[in-house]
Amino acid sequence: MTGKTLALAIMDSPYESANSTTALRIIHSALSQGHNVMVFAYEGAVNLTMKDQKPHANSVKGTNLEEENHPLTKDWIAALFKLAEEKGVTLDWVNCGLCVDERGAGNWIEGPRRGAPKDFLEAVKNSDGTLVIPTR
Amino acid sequence: MKILSIIESAYRGTIEEQDDTILWLNHIFQNGGAEVSVLLRGNSVNYLLKNQDASGLQFGEWKQTNPPELDQDLTAMLEKGIAIYAVAEDVRDRGLPQDKFIAGIKLIPLGEVAELCDRFEQVWHW
Repeated sequence: MTGKTLALAIMDSPYESANSTTALRIIHSALSQGHNVMVFAYEGAVNLTMKDQKPHANSVKGTNLEEENHPLTKDWIAALFKLAEEKGVTLDWVNCGLCVDERGAGNWIEGPRRGAPKDFLEAVKNSDGTLVIPTR
Repeated sequence: MKILSIIESAYRGTIEEQDDTILWLNHIFQNGGAEVSVLLRGNSVNYLLKNQDASGLQFGEWKQTNPPELDQDLTAMLEKGIAIYAVAEDVRDRGLPQDKFIAGIKLIPLGEVAELCDRFEQVWHW
């Protein structure tokens, strides 16, 4: 593997900020170009991978469930895991364990693992670049 | 009930939600019998521009089919009788071209916002 390794820390909850989308676009781009990515999901970001997320219809727009096709961040991240596999690179997604416990947010899709801040420190040491996208 | 919703936070989660949740919420309030008006201030005045295109989001094989269309959402609210105001100075400061705004909105000077608030029973700042 000749790609580089990128470490990211993200904090925002799903559906509350453009930061999550921006971070995932960066991850998509890195994986697509053959780079490995480590993500440390801190605080509300642990909810991005919740398995029980469900789409809904939109009464204002008059769309049903299928027409609305509402995005779910768990699907986005699952797609990124699949992309990493196809590209032969690693997406290491670490959900902060204490943040998970605080929120009762432990039911994830397949792929993420439980971890701690030390995992991010370790990843930073072993990465070619680090990006922190905090909550504002 | 007459409500003025002042919306300042802009593009907050709009890609993920496929709309602005506060515009959506106020649309629901109007449908539910409230008499809603909206005042856009700060960065949210950018919602007035027509033909915004947020399409093309893709993660791996996942592709978004319904990107947010905030200008069209505002137009739909106008059609429901919701008055849309915007702070003129915020439009001017951002150099937004008024000839590209959706039709039917009202620009008001910052100095008249207090007077506008006086016309409503409830004023909510989002």
